[in-house]
Amino acid sequence: MNHTISVLVENRLGVLARVSGLFSGRGYNIDSLCVGETDDPMISRMTIVTHGDNKIIEQIEKQLNKLIDVIKVMDVTKEDHVERELVLIKVGVDEGQRGKILEIVEIFRGKVIDVSPKTITVEITGDEGKINGITEMLKPFGVKELVRTGKVAVVRGEK
Amino acid sequence: MKYTGAQILIESLIREGADTIFGYPGGVLLPIFDVLYDAKINFILVRHEQGAAHAADGYSRSTNKVGVCMATSGPGATNLITGIATAYMDSIPMVIITGQVLTTMIGNDAFQEADIIGITRPIVKHSYLLKDVADIARVVKEAFHIASTGRPGPVLVDIPKDISTETMSSPNYSKKVDIRSYNPTCLGHPMQIKKAINAIASSKKPIIYSGGGILSSNAAEELQKFVDITGIPVTSTLLGLGGFPGTHPLFLGMLGMHGTKYANYAITNADLVIAIGARFDDRVTGKIDEFVPKATVIHIDVDPASISKNVHAHIPIVGDAKCILQQLNKEAIPPKINDWIEQIEQWKKEYPLGYKKSGKLKPQFVVEKIYEVTGGNAIITTEVGQNQMWAAQYYKFDYPRSFLSSGGLGTMGYGFPAAIGAQVANPDMVVFDIAGDGSFQMNIQELATAIQYNLPVNVAILNNHNLGMVRQWQELFFNKRYSHTSMTVQPDFVKVAEAYGAEGIRVETEEEVVPALKRAISSKKPVVLDFWVEEEENVFPMVPAGASLTQMIEGMA
Repeated sequence: MNHTISVLVENRLGVLARVSGLFSGRGYNIDSLCVGETDDPMISRMTIVTHGDNKIIEQIEKQLNKLIDVIKVMDVTKEDHVERELVLIKVGVDEGQRGKILEIVEIFRGKVIDVSPKTITVEITGDEGKINGITEMLKPFGVKELVRTGKVAVVRGEK
Repeated sequence: MKYTGAQILIESLIREGADTIFGYPGGVLLPIFDVLYDAKINFILVRHEQGAAHAADGYSRSTNKVGVCMATSGPGATNLITGIATAYMDSIPMVIITGQVLTTMIGNDAFQEADIIGITRPIVKHSYLLKDVADIARVVKEAFHIASTGRPGPVLVDIPKDISTETMSSPNYSKKVDIRSYNPTCLGHPMQIKKAINAIASSKKPIIYSGGGILSSNAAEELQKFVDITGIPVTSTLLGLGGFPGTHPLFLGMLGMHGTKYANYAITNADLVIAIGARFDDRVTGKIDEFVPKATVIHIDVDPASISKNVHAHIPIVGDAKCILQQLNKEAIPPKINDWIEQIEQWKKEYPLGYKKSGKLKPQFVVEKIYEVTGGNAIITTEVGQNQMWAAQYYKFDYPRSFLSSGGLGTMGYGFPAAIGAQVANPDMVVFDIAGDGSFQMNIQELATAIQYNLPVNVAILNNHNLGMVRQWQELFFNKRYSHTSMTVQPDFVKVAEAYGAEGIRVETEEEVVPALKRAISSKKPVVLDFWVEEEENVFPMVPAGASLTQMIEGMA
């Protein structure tokens, strides 16, 4: 099962290497990884999507907690939470297809951010289902490039 | 007054209580070595940086203080790696200072540049690259704190040359450490303690499985008290030896691959396993699915990641072994286990540890005599392989910190420099490195260090002219195809010792053993004892890799 793990770390040199090195050194998988500063510039948040059985996920959490620069680890999958990912998709356009593509983008509430004679680039934000949905729909037109940010997540409510 | 980074570094080390640095100089360390020229700190110049790391480790294991070693950038630093990894695997507190090229040169493939922070990342508890002279005092303070608390481990501090020459006027030697993301647990959770007390009281076949954590938390006294109260027998891991008296009637010796039969039978049949400061290593458990099949497991460990990693713990207790044993000792109710103790006594009688005498000198005999001659009042280090296992089996470790051995990493070449470190820290103790002819050659150059600093360490080579443990596996599991394990060419160790200015004694018969050992102990010089032992002697009992603990082979055909 996929787990989204949110990690607060000291915003210091080499922290990303420590975290990613832990995953590769112990044979854990990283499906996606997203890093950015929090409201406190001294602290960064890493959102890591990984998979494994419960024992592996428990080890991942414990091993992350052992890193001196890690402040807090939370498996948000265990909580009621919201996940989002931003994707940029560059689609090839043949004569007469432009309208169909724009229609799909409209339905998924995406945004066209670049147009050229032979391509349209779309920005779309959403959870996994939505991203997969629009990707499937756009595939027949010829997806030239697909760029994903990796997931970010937040627990609902006051927690 | 202005202070240089180098001055602040050494002052910080001294303030942390470091009295000895094991190390080797080099280009980028010159400003630091200039300070060391008249600093109030003992410096031991080794002959290879790996020796410095192992010596700092031996210093630490024999005292429970933080060991300090130092090497220059590039090859100096990379030579430390095996020693750092050894300390990491066995949770030994160590601070490693490495020189680094100028901050402006980092990343330029400068002369003697290596990304030592990157290279050591998986084998340190934490590391720092200093980029500002103002950080030195704080970083050294933190390094010692992190190395020695929680689950101890090595911490590396990389100092570029220009940071050691930069100056500042009032360095901040603060007394307190404040790391918001690092707060190791000491006391066990009261609920878990309660559960453990109940499980102990109602157990019928309990056993204590104690590990190196007993030593790192200084809990030997508390463990003995716990056994006095509860009467529960104790088996120990390799690293736990000395944490409970080897001569105590309730001690079952080491468990696991080369453990005693009775220890392995006892833990397999136990209904309650109390693991303290041990991590269920594969050399201990054998086939993991068949390890402690009938038991409730109480696991006491300061590192939450060690708990339920390999074996599920029914009652996990996170915290320091000493604190938790004190908590348990307050309330522990002794279980009724007379039948169990009787059963164990039966196993002890039925399956004693032993070896067959032949006309030739036996390595086990040598170890027994080292124990007899020293009366157990010595620090024993070992190399890795058969020498290590025979030392663990046939020497009775009654005192904490009397057995120093590379358990987790299994580092050949560890024992001799570790003995040097232990001797530096304990000048009045008798120190023996129980070695193999293969391992000793890996750091034999440190004989010069021992001579230079008048360290009367003794090396007992159990010389079988083979890489014995690998040879044993080839004999048992690879149809006696002895692929590259015979050391047909080896130096005359007696002459090598003499060439360095040490003493060398060759021993080939049983009668010569005790006089040679007595001579070594009374000598003021380092002594290399070259015991020519039975070449094909094997370590038994043995649990083949991947088998369950009860499937021990004896091999005494």
